Amino acid sequence: MADDVILKVDDVSVNFKVRGKVLKAIHHVSMELHEGEIFALVGESGSGKSVFTKTFTGMLEGNGDIVGGTIDYRGKHLETLKKDKDWEGIRGKQIATIFQDPMTSLDPIKTIGSQISEVIIKHQGKGKKEAKSMAIDLMDKVGIPNAKNRYDEYPFEYSGGMRQRIVIAVALACHPDILICDEPTTALDVTIQAQILELIRELQAEYKFTTIFITHDLGVVASIADRIAVMYSGRIIEVGTCDEIFYDPKHPYTWSLLSSLPQLATRGGQLYSIPGTPPSLYKDIVGDAFAPRDPWAMAVDFKADPPMFKVSDTHYAKTWLLDPRAPKVEKPELIQNLHEKLLANTTYGKGEHVDD
Amino acid sequence: MTTEKEVLLSLRDLEITFGKFVAVQDVNFDIYKGETFSLVGESGSGKTTIGRAVLGINPTSNGTITFEGQQINGGLKGKAKHELERKIQMIFQDPTASLNERATVDYIISEGLYNYGLFENEEDRINKVRTMLEEVGLLPEQLYRYPHEFSGGQRQRIGIARALIMKPDLVVADEPISALDVSIRAQVLNLLKKFQRESQLTYLFIAHDLSVVRFISDRIAVIRSGRIVELAETEELFRHPIHPYTQSLLSAVPVPDPQIARHIKPIVYDPTQHHYETDKPKFVELLPGHFVYCNAPEEAAYRKQLAAEGKTQA
Repeated sequence: MADDVILKVDDVSVNFKVRGKVLKAIHHVSMELHEGEIFALVGESGSGKSVFTKTFTGMLEGNGDIVGGTIDYRGKHLETLKKDKDWEGIRGKQIATIFQDPMTSLDPIKTIGSQISEVIIKHQGKGKKEAKSMAIDLMDKVGIPNAKNRYDEYPFEYSGGMRQRIVIAVALACHPDILICDEPTTALDVTIQAQILELIRELQAEYKFTTIFITHDLGVVASIADRIAVMYSGRIIEVGTCDEIFYDPKHPYTWSLLSSLPQLATRGGQLYSIPGTPPSLYKDIVGDAFAPRDPWAMAVDFKADPPMFKVSDTHYAKTWLLDPRAPKVEKPELIQNLHEKLLANTTYGKGEHVDD
Repeated sequence: MTTEKEVLLSLRDLEITFGKFVAVQDVNFDIYKGETFSLVGESGSGKTTIGRAVLGINPTSNGTITFEGQQINGGLKGKAKHELERKIQMIFQDPTASLNERATVDYIISEGLYNYGLFENEEDRINKVRTMLEEVGLLPEQLYRYPHEFSGGQRQRIGIARALIMKPDLVVADEPISALDVSIRAQVLNLLKKFQRESQLTYLFIAHDLSVVRFISDRIAVIRSGRIVELAETEELFRHPIHPYTQSLLSAVPVPDPQIARHIKPIVYDPTQHHYETDKPKFVELLPGHFVYCNAPEEAAYRKQLAAEGKTQA
C-alpha cells in the first residue's frame, strides 16, 4: 500500500437477490483512496456509485452481499465485518455519509441542536453542557447565522440548504476520517449548491478529512474533484485526475457523457444523445458493458471484458481501444478543445488563468 | 426588428396570492408564436405558479393572461374553456407521478382524444395513437403495456405523446427533464425540438437548470420571489446579465471544465441592496428586448453603465 492510501478496494463484487434472481450491482471494482483528496464517483442512475460506497460503511440493503474482493481501510478488512456491532466505531465515526435529502438524515421531532450534541456526547464522551457549546461552534462553522438562537429550532424551520449544512455538522461532530457525500447538492438550488460545495472544500482544509463525492453532474465534479472515477453498469471504466478525465478521456462512455453536455451544443442544433439503454444487470454481461451503445466498438468488445489499461501513473481506462493492437481512434470532435469551447461560452470564471 | 412577431400569450401585471401570501407580482411578458420561452428561478420563486396560472389551475388575483387575443384568466366557461384546455397542454416533471398507473399506454395517450372526440372511428384513433407513439420513439407493441413497465425516459415520452396528440398551440413544460439522466435528457430535449420544428409549437419552459435552458430557449425570464427581475434573448442574458440576482445565479452555475471551475467565485446576491420603500421598481426595457426590474435610481445607474459600454439603449 502506498503511504497515503487509506482505503484500498480490490476486485470487489456486490450481488443483490431480487425475487429469486441475482442482480450483479458491482462487478470486480478496484480503487484506492488517498489521504486528504476529494475523490469523485461519476455515473448515471443505476451505475452502482451509491451501492459501491455503501460497502465502506456496511450499509448495503439486507438482500445485498459482497461476494468477492477485499476492502482494506487502514489495515481493517471491512468486507469481513458482518454484524452492526462490528461496524461500531467505523460507520458514522470514522467513515461518515451525507445524503442527497437532508430530511432523511434529520429527525423531524428533535431540535437541530440536540441532534448535533447527541452525536458529540455519544462519540466523544463529552458532558451535556460542553457538547452544547461544541454543537453551537459547529453550527457556526457550517455557516448557520445566529447559531445560538437557532440551536433550539426544529428541522422544518430550516431551509433545504440550511438543513444540508446541519447534516454536514452532524457528520463532522465525529471528526470522520472519510466523508462520503452522496449527491449532497442535487436537491438544492444552484446558488445554494455553490455555497455547500465551497463549505465542503473549506471544512476539508480545516478538518483534514478525505472525501468521496458521488454525483451525476459533471459541472459539480469539475469544480470539486481532485480525482474522478467514471462508473458504468457496476464497473469503474475510467479513473484519472480531474484534468485527465475532462481533457484527455479515453473510454468511449466518458466521451459520450462529455458529449451530452448541453454547454457544448449549439442552440437550434441537436444535443448529443447516447443511443440505447444500459444493459440489464440481471444478465451476464459479455465483453465491454458499453459495447452495444458504443459507435467505436470492435469485435473484441463483444467477446472479452477489457482490463484496465494504463494511460499514465494516475490515469487508467477499461477499454480495448487502448490495446496496442487496436486502431488509433481520436476522441469525438465535439469534446476536443473542451476548455476553449467552454471558455468561449462562459461569462464568469475567465479569471487570471491564462497560463495554468 | 424586421418582421413583426405574433404574440401568442401575454401576461400583464399578473398577481397571484395564496391568502395573505403574495406568490407572484408585477409579472409582465409576451410569448411569441413558435418560440421557446423559459422561466428560470430557484425553488419557491413562483415559476411553477405562473405556469399553473396559464393552465388555469391557479386562480389569479390581479392582472390579465391573454391567449390568442382573448383574456383567459377568470371566468372562462363552457365551450371556450373546453377548447382552451385542448390548446394549452402540459408536460410534467415527474413522469411516474403524472401517469395513471392502472391505465395502458393506449388509454393514456387516447384519453384526450376521447374527451374531445378528436377521431372519426376506432381505426382512426388507433392510427393516431400509433403514429404518435412512433413519433416519440416507442414501439407499437408497447401500446398495451402499463407505465411501470417503462423507464423514466420512456415514461416522459408517454407524457409528451399524451400532450402533443391534442395538437396544442402552447405547451407548458414544467421541469420536464429534471428527473432524467444526462443521456436520456438529450433524447427528450431533441424530441421536444423536433415537434417544435415540425408544427410551430410554442413552449413555456419552466426550469432551474441554466445550462439546459440556454440550449433550448429563445428568450429567458429570470424570476425571484415572485417577480421577474430580468428578461432578454438567451445569449444576451447569458453574456450581459444586468440585474445583480441574474449575475449571482449565472455565476453559480457549475461549468464542466476544471480550469474554469477553479476560477469561478460565485457572486453573492444581497436582496437588501435594493431600496424600494419609497421609490417603487418597474419593469424597464433598458436595451431593445432586454428588460430589468429596477427603480429610478437603479435605472439611472444601469443606463450610465450601459452608456459607458457603448450600448444603444431602448
